[in-house]
Amino acid sequence: MRLKWWHVGLLIALGLALFAPLASPWPDGLERVAEDKGFIEAALEPALEIIPDYVFPGLGNEALATIAAGLVGTLILFGVGYGLGALLKERR
Amino acid sequence: MHIPDGFLNTATAATTYVVSAGGVGYSIRQANRKLGDRHVPLMGVMAAFIFAAQMLNFPVIGGTSGHLIGGALAAILLGPWAGSLIMACVLIVQCLVFQDGGLTALGANVFNMGLMACFVGYYLYRAVVSLMGEGRRSTLVGGFAGAWASVFVASIFCAIELAVSGRSPLGVALPAMAGVHALIGIGEGLITSAVLAFLTATRADLLGLQKV
Repeated sequence: MRLKWWHVGLLIALGLALFAPLASPWPDGLERVAEDKGFIEAALEPALEIIPDYVFPGLGNEALATIAAGLVGTLILFGVGYGLGALLKERR
Repeated sequence: MHIPDGFLNTATAATTYVVSAGGVGYSIRQANRKLGDRHVPLMGVMAAFIFAAQMLNFPVIGGTSGHLIGGALAAILLGPWAGSLIMACVLIVQCLVFQDGGLTALGANVFNMGLMACFVGYYLYRAVVSLMGEGRRSTLVGGFAGAWASVFVASIFCAIELAVSGRSPLGVALPAMAGVHALIGIGEGLITSAVLAFLTATRADLLGLQKV
């Protein structure tokens, strides 16, 4: 099967997910402001956790668990985006 | 900039839910009239790419990191309506599956990083391109400017929501949020321009899809 442009696009996205363990662990802009201005404690834990903090549960190695979470999320969003596009296109 | 549960008061959470639901509903109707065959796989690729790229936090300064939001990029490639929908999909999946961004703050997060980022990014990009004339240079400059402004404006709305919720006075939250996101926005601008440069070099036809 010949690769189409969007196969390549999906592969690039999946490839990016492989680099997720190298991401900076520092707090992001909002977390930084919440810490500095003293309202970070107001944050509540979510009631139901599925893949919290982009770490796939049950995998011993944290880097692998992060990659697994990244690949799963990337595939879910490809499906959701493609599905939404197909749905909106057809219901015209 | 994903707001967790607990930061917003009920009135702010409810108001942003209503506004975002209306905005997403209207985006569905508008995108519905414009989408063609080639947009469908591009919507899948954009959603996948933005999710993956959002995991890659880059360091900014003083122990703070940032990551791509992607609203400007999605809107530049797909138009602001379909772009907003892609951002809403990313934020909903991040919230429900990855517990990034609180369920009660989903309306605010979709408003800031979906609707506002897409519309600010898209229209600034279009303004730059129409001022400088079509071409590779205007695409890259407009992409950088639109992406930077999308992060900056989203952070201002986030600061307003925090202030209205009583977390931090606007005089404190606004300069703090806008200041750090002015820096994070440079990363957003560089990544957005890099993707646009890559597409200009490889698949320039995909850059015209937002005008359909």
